[in-house]
Amino acid sequence: MSEELPRAGAEAPGEILYSERWTIRGGDFDHGGEVAAAVKSTLRQFAVAPEVIRRLSIANFEAEMNVIMYAEEAVLELQVLPDRARVTLADRGQGIPDIGLAMQEGWSTATPEMRQRGFGAGLGLPNIRKNCDEFAIESTVGVGTTLRYGVRFPL
Amino acid sequence: MLLREIMELLSCETAWGLELAEGLSIAACFAADLMSDVLAFAEPGALLVTGLASIQSAHTADVAEMAAILYVAGKRPAQPVLDLARGNGLPVLCTPLSMFETCGRLHRAGLRAGVRT
Repeated sequence: MSEELPRAGAEAPGEILYSERWTIRGGDFDHGGEVAAAVKSTLRQFAVAPEVIRRLSIANFEAEMNVIMYAEEAVLELQVLPDRARVTLADRGQGIPDIGLAMQEGWSTATPEMRQRGFGAGLGLPNIRKNCDEFAIESTVGVGTTLRYGVRFPL
Repeated sequence: MLLREIMELLSCETAWGLELAEGLSIAACFAADLMSDVLAFAEPGALLVTGLASIQSAHTADVAEMAAILYVAGKRPAQPVLDLARGNGLPVLCTPLSMFETCGRLHRAGLRAGVRT
């Protein structure tokens, strides 16, 4: 638990109005979805359009389930800026050998338990990208994966 | 269609939290056991029809902004699932009918597919 998780990269410019971090534990199916729900509650405190909250919440939930299914532990950090919200999700885990494959709809290495939970159909990462205005992924096999994604607020 | 009418149509033996959505009229449904499909394609405000009674079904309904959850084929959600749904203001219905029969009756009653365009 004392091991340091992979760090997010340098901050992009922009005034950060609010930031908060949550820890997600791998394998913890019974609590899968609680972090996405907590982030959603936080976003509701800001004057963010419900459709934007919905899109980011979908991304957060898929990303959270990915950690629970495939990683050991992760920290999800939410940053709220004047014109957008962004998330950095850095996990410690097995990593993704071929990101191109993982981004393809239907590509999956899920176990039957994961599928019984209604996930693991190879839609997670594509779903995150589809719902976000910004998306980046980097991964090192045997070390972990970092996702960066975010939504812009409508003007 | 009102939830009470849906209950009658589907011979639902159990429901929770109907008072959370008094007067709520359901116009569309999205049926799936795959939560990623719900998250990807469901229309906000639709009725979630599913045979998956895990805690993730209630999280999915909340995140995807569904109006209520209908569990098919006699699936009974455990108490934490019901508590979560209630906390999010979501009514829960259970029908003994199969997914196919459930969707057939809802479609025949005039409900449409709640697919996000």
